[in-house]
Amino acid sequence: MSDLTQLYQEIILGHNKNPRNFSRLENHTGKADINNPLCGDEVTVYWKIEDQAYSEITFQAQGCAISRASASMMTELLKGKSLEESKRLFSSLLNFLSDADSSESLGDEFGELAALSGVRNYPSRIKCATLAWQALLGKE
Amino acid sequence: MSFDVTTVRKDFPILHTLVGKKELVYLDNAATTQKPQSVIDTIDNYYTSSNANIHRGVHYLAELATEAYEESRRVVSRFLNARSENEIIFVKGTTDGINMIAHSFGERYINAGDEILISTMEHHANIVPWQLICESKGAILKVIPVNDAGELDMEAFDELLSDRTRLVSVVHASNSLGTINPVKTIIEKAHAAGAKVLLDGAQAVGHFPVDVQDLDCDFYVFSGHKLFGPTGIGAVYGKYDLLETLPPYQGGGDMISKVTFEKTTFKEPPGRFEAGTPHISGAIALAASIQYYEGLDRSALLAHEHDLLEYGTNLLSQFEGITLIGTARKKVSILSFTMEGSHPHDVATVLDSDGIAIRAGHHCTQPLLQRYGVSATARVSLAFYNTKDEIDKLVESLKKIQVLFA
Repeated sequence: MSDLTQLYQEIILGHNKNPRNFSRLENHTGKADINNPLCGDEVTVYWKIEDQAYSEITFQAQGCAISRASASMMTELLKGKSLEESKRLFSSLLNFLSDADSSESLGDEFGELAALSGVRNYPSRIKCATLAWQALLGKE
Repeated sequence: MSFDVTTVRKDFPILHTLVGKKELVYLDNAATTQKPQSVIDTIDNYYTSSNANIHRGVHYLAELATEAYEESRRVVSRFLNARSENEIIFVKGTTDGINMIAHSFGERYINAGDEILISTMEHHANIVPWQLICESKGAILKVIPVNDAGELDMEAFDELLSDRTRLVSVVHASNSLGTINPVKTIIEKAHAAGAKVLLDGAQAVGHFPVDVQDLDCDFYVFSGHKLFGPTGIGAVYGKYDLLETLPPYQGGGDMISKVTFEKTTFKEPPGRFEAGTPHISGAIALAASIQYYEGLDRSALLAHEHDLLEYGTNLLSQFEGITLIGTARKKVSILSFTMEGSHPHDVATVLDSDGIAIRAGHHCTQPLLQRYGVSATARVSLAFYNTKDEIDKLVESLKKIQVLFA
């Protein structure tokens, strides 16, 4: 697979075209806007915490395929997860993306997000892949 | 004289780079232009044979370096057709130049309630310095709107201009849209209202001839690296009588006439505005880039660029799903666009895999893009060394992108 086809895998293209949970969450308990100063892209993430876990996460974004797909997959992955567990996952995703030399793949717990592995060959796009995560969980 | 693009391309070693297995197609000239061998050699020669600090040394090398630095000032002065080299101040670039003027002109001439007039299509470098000076002086920043095609609304300009306007600061050619503004009209009207005019020439000087006396602007600023020269060097032109009335920008060595702890007196312009050791090699290499550029057939070169712009405009405007942002009647060779279904960043990443370098983003013109309801565009910016063949490669690659994101 070329770097490019690895970056834009079917899963990424699918989430870009039909992002999941792409809406404003009316009864949210939290909301954060974040923008990427490099490109002006903007993401708003809404969430609802019940019993110390995310019962719902939605987002709205003006952004590239990588940032939309990552946000979309994040809303699915973190649903039902605790704040602490979510932070652990973000930290491990960030480590994975930042280490271009590592041949390790993302653990099974990440599910579809493994499709983001191609981002490792494009350091300038790591910010795109983590924008929504930063909005939800704060800067790592 | 004539202009042959194949010959000219040989002067630019970097244009023969391979990106993976693809030949580089460099279409990001509004960000920075590439450098001809003569400019690269000039930097090399300077450090190999004449490096010394300028103005103060009495030894052989110091005199060589001083003479080369001051000769560069004369080259820039002739390039812009200034009245004298004393109207040319070396700065780091356009941003530094505008900040210098905002500080020095602002300090002397901007007071509470005064107005500074800029436009919607300004680069952040021609917005933020004025916001800072307005904040500190209690002055008011006003903005000339643009129409859908990306041209200044000149009726609005007439209404915004008043006897409270101290300065009109506008871009000569827009880095995002390519629009060439009717600066002569702006200058005439501003002068009639008693205001001074600063032109941001960053995207102009590398495309068409600029004559500051003919324009009658009060300040003109440009960067060397967008003119086939090095980064970190640029120039401010200012009318001498005006420069003479301005306080220094930075204090330090080389800008003084005499220093005592009781009172320091400053040099006459331009020395007053050049504190510390300047970018000597940069200034000399900037002169080399100007000499290279002026050695080409400028009118044939202009015709070639116009041809490229027309060719690219036709292809992209017929491309279904592509919307051109910036369709002014008078433009430099810049094509900004959005593509349905594909974000500009993804467009740029896929183009890069074909060796094609463009810029995606807001191009440091966020208020302008907001005006057009987009957060980013893909921007193709051409120089005289680009070819129709390269534009064809761009269009082929764009077709692939459309399929990929469909």
